[in-house]
Amino acid sequence: MGIGLQHYLAVSALLFCIGLLGVVLRRSLLVIYMSLELMLNAANLAFVAFSRFRGDLDGQVMVFFIITVAAAEVAVGLALIVALYRRRQTVQAEDLASLKL
Amino acid sequence: MNSEFKPENLAWIILLLPLLSAVLITLGARRDARLSAVLSISAVGISFVGSIGLYILVGAMEVGKAYSTAVTWLDIPGTQGLQIPLILLVDRLSLMMLLVVTGVGLLIHIYSAGYMREDPGRARYFGCLSLFMFSMLGIVLASNFVMMFIFWELVGVSSYLLIGFWHERPAAADAAKKAFLTNRVGDFGFLLGILLLWSASQGRIDFEALQAKVSVNPGVFGAMAGLAGLLIFCGAVGKSAQFPLHVWLPDAMEGPTPVSALIHAATMVAAGVYMLCRIFFIYLATPAWPASMAFLGNVTALDIIAWVGAITALLAALMAIQQNDIKRILAYSTLSQLGYMVMAVGLSKTAAGSTTAIFHLITHAFFKALLFLAAGSVILAVHHEQDIWKMGGLRQRMPATHWTLLIGTLALCGVPPLSGFYSKDAILALAWEHHRPLFVVGVATAALTAFYMFRLYFVALLGKARSDQAGHAHESKAVMVVPLVLLAVGSVVMGLVGVERYLVGGALEVTGWQTALLAPFHHAPTAAFAGLGAAAAGVLAAWALYGRAASDPLPGLLGPVAHAMAQRFYFDEIYAWLIRCTHEALSYVADWFDRWIVAGLLVKGAEGTSVLLGWGLRLLQTGHVQFYAFLFAAGLAVMLWWALR
Repeated sequence: MGIGLQHYLAVSALLFCIGLLGVVLRRSLLVIYMSLELMLNAANLAFVAFSRFRGDLDGQVMVFFIITVAAAEVAVGLALIVALYRRRQTVQAEDLASLKL
Repeated sequence: MNSEFKPENLAWIILLLPLLSAVLITLGARRDARLSAVLSISAVGISFVGSIGLYILVGAMEVGKAYSTAVTWLDIPGTQGLQIPLILLVDRLSLMMLLVVTGVGLLIHIYSAGYMREDPGRARYFGCLSLFMFSMLGIVLASNFVMMFIFWELVGVSSYLLIGFWHERPAAADAAKKAFLTNRVGDFGFLLGILLLWSASQGRIDFEALQAKVSVNPGVFGAMAGLAGLLIFCGAVGKSAQFPLHVWLPDAMEGPTPVSALIHAATMVAAGVYMLCRIFFIYLATPAWPASMAFLGNVTALDIIAWVGAITALLAALMAIQQNDIKRILAYSTLSQLGYMVMAVGLSKTAAGSTTAIFHLITHAFFKALLFLAAGSVILAVHHEQDIWKMGGLRQRMPATHWTLLIGTLALCGVPPLSGFYSKDAILALAWEHHRPLFVVGVATAALTAFYMFRLYFVALLGKARSDQAGHAHESKAVMVVPLVLLAVGSVVMGLVGVERYLVGGALEVTGWQTALLAPFHHAPTAAFAGLGAAAAGVLAAWALYGRAASDPLPGLLGPVAHAMAQRFYFDEIYAWLIRCTHEALSYVADWFDRWIVAGLLVKGAEGTSVLLGWGLRLLQTGHVQFYAFLFAAGLAVMLWWALR
């Protein structure tokens, strides 16, 4: 049996779920950020798989966009985290609850 | 003028002149009392002349024929539409009433000019008086139920304005309110009756059409005939102050005395009786009751009417015996005589028979107006003292008032050859013929009438002056005395000119007066002698008790019964208690509703719900970003599951 579309999609889904779990369960901000990147890349994988199995390049064009956006997002996000660390001296997510009612 | 002069146009002039006077006075002449008086008196005067003119022109028309003239008031097109024209109906009955209303009204207007000479509000008085004349003439000339109801209410408004004329006095304001509200209760029944007739006759409300329907098919109203008749009678119960809605008339004496004479003796209260005679054909329909009222069995609406009239007559006579205010005695006397008229209507078996009630209405208008005006003359002379025990000795000091008052009293008591004898005898004869128990009630009331009227006469006019004011009394001015004399003449002759004969097709003339003088003794001797005997008994009893009395001996003789009579059998107290109970019950319900439903359920409920929701939603705001991300993912999962299931 060959490797079909469903295998690639399963891998992509697994990666996405691992990323999601990381965002929800890890305490360090940087690890949360990395998990977020993992989720984006899972989506990239799904798009590329679809592009390969449909025979056109639409999916790969989407991946281009996603990579670009992710890069910009990382730049901005890390700047925010550095600013936050300078202010609060912590990168633990549970310390940042000042919006609690 | 080359257009033909039609008699019915005269009816418009008669009707609208008092309205014009009222409008002019209200809008213009309020500051000038003399101009108001002149306007008002001339309006009535011209209306009176117009009525005489109408009589001369068309007085000899046949019975059942009428002249009418119409103005369309309401016109709703379509098969289920409604047309209500304002038609003035001039037939023998309304012509007779026109003459009486405008004639007596004119005399009272002239008298008022003298009586109200020092009152600062007399311009307003004459304006209200003109409004009243317009409304009353509207009732007389009405030709359909809606028109009659409109003018019925207008008369109620005029009565309210005039009873409460001295509105700074709380008693007068209360009396005006009481009169209006009590009338409203009666008018409610009246309106229901009109609606019932409208539906039972497929949308006709004018008298001629309804009369034609009933004469063609007496069963046309089906099971509603009795109920409709009874409901329409409710209007007369309110307006003519029958039991149990009689409580407003004695209180209405708070108004000026000419008002009491005009409205509450001669004309407005008679409107109820006039209306009953106008629509008497309703009672000629086959008697029937709806299923829920079948317990009434063979009792017809006319029987109920007759008994209500009789009860009113007797009750009012009993209450009059112990009243000490001269106007209140006359008010109860009016109530009693109205009871006679209503009883006469109830005893009539044909439309022709209902003329007896109108006969008594007309004679009563004359002598009751006379009595009230004479009482007003007395009241003015003793400086507004109305207690009869503070009068006395007025026979020598006020001769004209004394003699006219005596004539009025004799007429009221039914002493021949005065008019009251003939009309009262006609009623007693009717009762003797058709319903003996009512005859007994009528005779008993006649005896009581003579008793309390002569009580008034002996105490207030004869004997010695009982107070200083009575000692300084002097005769009133000519402007007040002349109407008294004219009304006295009317009281004497009205019985002999053949009013009943005119209403059934004969002529109104004095030529047969010698035979008419003793006619009752030939036609119905029992009734005539019984009435005469009752009157004599009453006079003798009054002479025995009050001939030389310094104070009232009756409370000593009758004790608590006399006290009950003086307190008017506690009707006012019972009604006040009833109203208070209803009021309190209603306010309890309203309070409960306001406290528990509006404030509790709705207001506090809304508040509580918001608070609960807020508590719940606050639990979601933890401030942790990871929790929010978790909620995102969970929500997304739910949506995916729901979209893909």
